[in-house]
Amino acid sequence: MSEHVEWSDTEAPAPPATAAVTPADAADAARLVAYGLQPKLQPARDQDYTELLRRYREDPAFARLADAVATGLGLVVLEVSPRAGMAVTAAEDSVFAVRMGDYARRTTADSGDRFLHGLAHLAVAALSFPRPEDLADDGYIGRVTVNGVDAFVRQACRRIEERAEEQGENTDPATDAPGLEAAWRIWARRSATGATKDARRPASSTTGIVAKALAFLTDSGFLQRTGDDGGGTYRTTARYQLQVRDMAGTAAMAELLELGVVPVTDGSASLLPAEDTDDLELVADAGLPFHS
Amino acid sequence: MTSPAPTEPAPPQLSAAPRPAPGPAADEGLARRLRALACTAPLHDLDARKGSLAGEYSVYGMAEVALAAIDLVTLNMDFDTGADHEQIVARLIPRIAAQAPRRPAAEHERVARWVLENLINVGSVDRGFRAVYGTFAADGTYVRRDYDFKLIEEVPGPGGTVYLRTTDEAVNVLVGALDTDVTSAQIAAEVKLEVLINRGRLADAQLAAEQARYRTVQYSETLRRALEATRRNVRAVDWLNAVPDMIAEALDHVADRYRHENAILTNIRKARDETEEPEHKRRAAELVDIVKDCIRRHTQLQSRLLEAGPLFRAEQDRQAFATPATASGIDLYGHLVAPVLPLPVAEATRVTDAFFAHGTGLRTPVAVRVADLVDILLTPPVEREHLGAEMPEPDLIATPDDSRFSEEQLAAAMELLDLPADAPRRLSGLLAEARRTGDPDLAYLVALLAVHAASPAVGTAYRQGEEKLLFAVDDGTELDDPEFGGADLIVGMALLDAAGMAADRAA
Repeated sequence: MSEHVEWSDTEAPAPPATAAVTPADAADAARLVAYGLQPKLQPARDQDYTELLRRYREDPAFARLADAVATGLGLVVLEVSPRAGMAVTAAEDSVFAVRMGDYARRTTADSGDRFLHGLAHLAVAALSFPRPEDLADDGYIGRVTVNGVDAFVRQACRRIEERAEEQGENTDPATDAPGLEAAWRIWARRSATGATKDARRPASSTTGIVAKALAFLTDSGFLQRTGDDGGGTYRTTARYQLQVRDMAGTAAMAELLELGVVPVTDGSASLLPAEDTDDLELVADAGLPFHS
Repeated sequence: MTSPAPTEPAPPQLSAAPRPAPGPAADEGLARRLRALACTAPLHDLDARKGSLAGEYSVYGMAEVALAAIDLVTLNMDFDTGADHEQIVARLIPRIAAQAPRRPAAEHERVARWVLENLINVGSVDRGFRAVYGTFAADGTYVRRDYDFKLIEEVPGPGGTVYLRTTDEAVNVLVGALDTDVTSAQIAAEVKLEVLINRGRLADAQLAAEQARYRTVQYSETLRRALEATRRNVRAVDWLNAVPDMIAEALDHVADRYRHENAILTNIRKARDETEEPEHKRRAAELVDIVKDCIRRHTQLQSRLLEAGPLFRAEQDRQAFATPATASGIDLYGHLVAPVLPLPVAEATRVTDAFFAHGTGLRTPVAVRVADLVDILLTPPVEREHLGAEMPEPDLIATPDDSRFSEEQLAAAMELLDLPADAPRRLSGLLAEARRTGDPDLAYLVALLAVHAASPAVGTAYRQGEEKLLFAVDDGTELDDPEFGGADLIVGMALLDAAGMAADRAA
């Protein structure tokens, strides 16, 4: 509390940029980072938080100091704004990072479960921001439900299965090489839900896995639960958009490129069915918005 | 240590050795049949394993119960949800009880649950089955493959409930028509049914009608999936050709089937009424129920199809006519989800791991002090009130009665309009009579009721078994009135044949 008093004193004369950094400034910067570590805290609800955010934006020296504190703690600053607050996230190998083994115990033993949990997070993001415009638009709020995410992935799996069937491929995996099984089959094979004694979803079912992901993201301040329909409905927060856009999306893309997979799209159209350009021209004539 | 000489022929000899299989096409057909065969295995397996249950269960025909269970689930699958677990168990019990009438009812229920749980395969983490079969790959090597399938799957319903649905595999196994086109198979079943009825072979007709119903259910299931995709993203679905075609096709299908099944219904009703033999009568009555159920399902399908257009327009407004934002470059579905799913799981996991590591945010690590730990461990658990907190008495506020007319006024107006069936009256006369009562509002109510009667709800009155119905007809006479304008309606009371309608409904 003593820092707080000192800070009020130094705040009054509005320190010039050239002034040396005082311990009080460092304490303020650290407090701002500490607010950032409480992702569910709304900046608008806390006057001190709002004040520190304002200072970050108006005082470059203070901003540099706060950034340095965050970096030193092993955090990455995504954005500092009234809507997202001090949006920080864990750098790789930071003490704040979430590890898959801590997230779900079975994932260490079972590679299939590990994939399912990861895919659930990816699918939640993809359904929260179905179009690239949604991810780019700062005002966009995505809405997802547990059952919706499961249905979305199943649909995608089904499309792959149908395409393989059309080409006469046999997609059944070879028995002795589990690592070579196509990823979509793992999700398609797992049951969506199941009856249990206490009327809860089985944790190993796909809706159970999705529900866990959504609950976890809610704890991270990325989602807000809005209702119970469709297995639980959620809406996205500004932080989630930042996290997916600036961190997760690019990291996963980099990994995918390293595997030699280069997804070819024209950069704007999303979730379009595979069709040739003739169809797209027809659509344009019909006045329908398929040709983005 | 001696070991046998390696029998593995090193590389497959493509040109020299004759191909072990006649060709990939034949092998594919074989694989398909092997998979079809595998779908029946869980049923055989039930009979093979019943001996290992604690108790004497060999009297029960488990495969029979299983097939009956699949039948029940298929028939109870509604458009949105599926069949209720408990309901299926309850409906299975009579058949099981018939197999061993002397056994206790608890045992019957146990058998029903055992069969149902085994069809879901509750014990496995995927809640499904796996069969292993072998095929020759294109290069002549022999590959063992896993075929994963489900017979009955559990799906989430509204309000967190769990419903049962039969899978396509199960429906195919059950109907016994593998690899067939839904539409054409249905037409075939219908034709067969008509022929059978014409020849008076009702037993076979019932079988065909039931098959037609399975097909109907399967058809709506296919459509349900397509509509769901539409709802999610307008662009995910081809709304120019594919979906409108599909909807048009489905509507044609519904119209066609509706006509067809109504014709069948008329035929069977005739058969039911004309036949002398009680067994035939009973079968025909059952058939009437089945066909009625088919018609109900078609109607349900049709209402869904009609909702599709407005749904598309609403979604299009939302998704397409917003101001275009700058593209961020990452299309999560197109760039990540779609390419990841076909990858081998070992590689796909690397991508999802990367997404997980960077997409979950942060957790502040928990630091424990020994002193706190001791305190926490020594704190006695808080006694929880068994009944929870006391409910506050709700403070109810009476909503003001803002009705335009009072109950008394309505009663007076109804009395005025309770005309004899053979003496309709002009609205002008009724209005004059209403004014004579001295209540200035009564005339308005009478006029309102008369206008309502211009389009009477005949269907509702029919369903509710009303005996009479108020109607109003415009014969072109102008209404000459200081307060109202329009036509001087002829208001009358029509008598409805309530008894006849009730008999017709029961038919």
